[in-house]
Amino acid sequence: MTEFHVDTTASGIGVVRPEGRLNMVAARQLKSVLADLVAGGTHRIVVDLADTSFIDSSGLGALIGGVKSTRQQGGDLRIARPTEAVLTVLDLTNLTKILRPRDTVDGAFDD
Amino acid sequence: MTRRLLLIRSIVLVTAILGLNYVVWRWLFSVNWDAWWLAVPLVVAETYSLVDSLLFGLGMWRLKERGEPPLPEEGLTVDVLITTYNEPVDLVMATARAALDIRYPHETWILDDGNRPEMRAAAEAAGVGWITRSQDWVDMPRHAKAGNLNNALEQTEGEFLLILDADQVPEPQILDRTLGYFRDEKMGLVQTNQFFVNVPDDDPLGSQAPLFYGPIQAGKDGWNAAFFCGSNAVLRRDALMQIGVVRYADEMALKVWRNLYYGESVIKKARRQTPREETLVRDALGEVEQAVKDARERLGRGEAMFDVTYDFQRTVEEVRRRLVASDLEVMAADLEAIAALEEQSGEGDGSLVDPQSVLERMSHRDWSPLGAIDSVQALVDSVNVDRHGEAQAVMPMATISVTEDMATCMRMHGLGWKSAYHDENLAFGLAPEDLETMLTQRLRWAQGTMQVMMRENPLTQRRLTWGQRLMYFSTMWSYLSGFAAIVYLAAPVIYLVFGVLPVQALSSDFFIRLVPFLVVNQLLFLVVANGRKTWRGQQYSLALFPTWIRAFTSAFGNVVMGRSLDFAVTPKEKRSPTGPAWHLVRPQLIAMGALVVASVVGVARLAAGQAGGVGTVLNLLWVAFDLAIFSVIIKAARYRGFEPVDAPPAPAGPTEPTTSSTHTTSHTPDRASGQSHAEGAA
Repeated sequence: MTEFHVDTTASGIGVVRPEGRLNMVAARQLKSVLADLVAGGTHRIVVDLADTSFIDSSGLGALIGGVKSTRQQGGDLRIARPTEAVLTVLDLTNLTKILRPRDTVDGAFDD
Repeated sequence: MTRRLLLIRSIVLVTAILGLNYVVWRWLFSVNWDAWWLAVPLVVAETYSLVDSLLFGLGMWRLKERGEPPLPEEGLTVDVLITTYNEPVDLVMATARAALDIRYPHETWILDDGNRPEMRAAAEAAGVGWITRSQDWVDMPRHAKAGNLNNALEQTEGEFLLILDADQVPEPQILDRTLGYFRDEKMGLVQTNQFFVNVPDDDPLGSQAPLFYGPIQAGKDGWNAAFFCGSNAVLRRDALMQIGVVRYADEMALKVWRNLYYGESVIKKARRQTPREETLVRDALGEVEQAVKDARERLGRGEAMFDVTYDFQRTVEEVRRRLVASDLEVMAADLEAIAALEEQSGEGDGSLVDPQSVLERMSHRDWSPLGAIDSVQALVDSVNVDRHGEAQAVMPMATISVTEDMATCMRMHGLGWKSAYHDENLAFGLAPEDLETMLTQRLRWAQGTMQVMMRENPLTQRRLTWGQRLMYFSTMWSYLSGFAAIVYLAAPVIYLVFGVLPVQALSSDFFIRLVPFLVVNQLLFLVVANGRKTWRGQQYSLALFPTWIRAFTSAFGNVVMGRSLDFAVTPKEKRSPTGPAWHLVRPQLIAMGALVVASVVGVARLAAGQAGGVGTVLNLLWVAFDLAIFSVIIKAARYRGFEPVDAPPAPAGPTEPTTSSTHTTSHTPDRASGQSHAEGAA
């Protein structure tokens, strides 16, 4: 089962760290985690992918959905520290244009 | 029929009759049921020995001494394959240079499982081919020597293969003397002798197997069951490839059937566990379920496995695509919204992402949402004809056992191929020179044989003739002697110390039935051995009883309980002598001590009038025989390695003695000799 660690930094940035496989089942959970954050007023979110071993199209869909809903609120969703497996999928699908991986969680909103 | 064979058959017949006469009488009339705890094990052990003797006799019944081989056809293509893992480069090169000198046109290859640069350089300098494992083997089961050969079979082309261990230096005429047998189109294998040059005349470690590489193989040959022993043998590539392909097809068919059979319930369960609102996934699972049903039905109608599995995979592919497509529909809408937002703010360009290309790529089996349901994914993967988790789909050399040769040969016979045993020394090798290496090697052979017995018991192989089944079984049976040995050791000790007699009486009936059997049994050995020394083999068949027992229990643990065989790796280099290796043979030393103490007690009891004279004398004789058998252990433990008396006895023989590693050594299947040991009861 995939677990989600959710934190909010001092500067009000939400950090979500999914642990394990980001597949169809987990994507559903991620969607609701993200939706809760946005609804609670956190519009800048970093998804920390350091512990995500795998992602499928549903997982990607959840991330893209997150980008949309945050941007609609004037914020953004960024991803940080993707694993090799996740990076491969991002490269294959050209989604790095939208989801440009950041090296650190702390610096994800520095640019 | 030659006079020799007539003589042998007569003795076999008499031995069988006398043996049955003795053992049946033992069971029916002479078991001392009051001491059943000793009497029953003894009569069982004697029955074991009788069966051993009968199986040996069955082989001798058709003793096939082939003599001069037919001349080979010209223009055959032959690869000489030298297998190595970690043997010294010089040793391998000595073999390789001798292989280059083989007269019949051929190509020479070193199969270097150690992938050593210095081995490669030496091979190339000498103009010998060098092969190591291909990329396919990365992270795959390696299957030791069998894998090494399978890998080379994909990289070479000759119609025939001469297989040599790294230390087996071939004679120039080896192919001229063996290829002729392949004039018979059904001939798949010609095995020649294995002879070791670094063994003194008295052979303290029992390295030479003159009875096996001689009468036993010739007897098996008579039943078209001559064994492949891993080295010094020529094989027909066609036969090997056929084994690989047939096994592949059989295993695939079995696997696909089994998965289609259980598949439905796997999918139903996955569907139950999927939340109701995931209608897309639930529908998808329904479609996969239907695909499983269709595939099963089509296979049932006899449609080709390849077509059915291909269509099944295509259907599932379609289902996956649809799932991904629905994810992407949502994603595309999101992307559009994001692009619209960016246009407003004048930032980047989200439209660069092409949903169609994402669809193509994400439909890959690993990244589709169907992959989230592991059980379904595993099912879908398994209804396929590729071989997940193996480097090669087709494995000609059997990998079910650490002694791949026996298993491979049995499958070859099962497919109707013939084999021949050519009784001539055409290569000269090196045997282990210390007790520890020798024990490890024997343990490995015994374990391998037991693995084959437990995984593919020859008695149940319907494609083999009964003669072949029994010839294979005979070798396996011989390895069970360790259990009988314990009884043969315990019985005289128990009589001499406690006076417990496992037979009802030491009547004249007993001697009249037993002694003639023992005499003709020995006579049979004498005649078939024809001057070869067989005493060492007889000794080791009993003296290594702890090894045989361990082989049986560890193979049982491996095959039945799925444990590792966990046999030790043989030391690579010759060990410096550190005094006799008593610790390796502790059980044997304890047994010998017990025999001696029991003898003293027995004599004392006789002197005190507590024991009968006939029983005591008979058991003392028995003890003397046991001690004579076990004396070889003392000799072996004290052995310091081979010291040549004169010049090296073999042409081109390496001068530096080195033991071979267990990884690549060939193998003498019978535990020692096939000697029967139906000793008398006290």
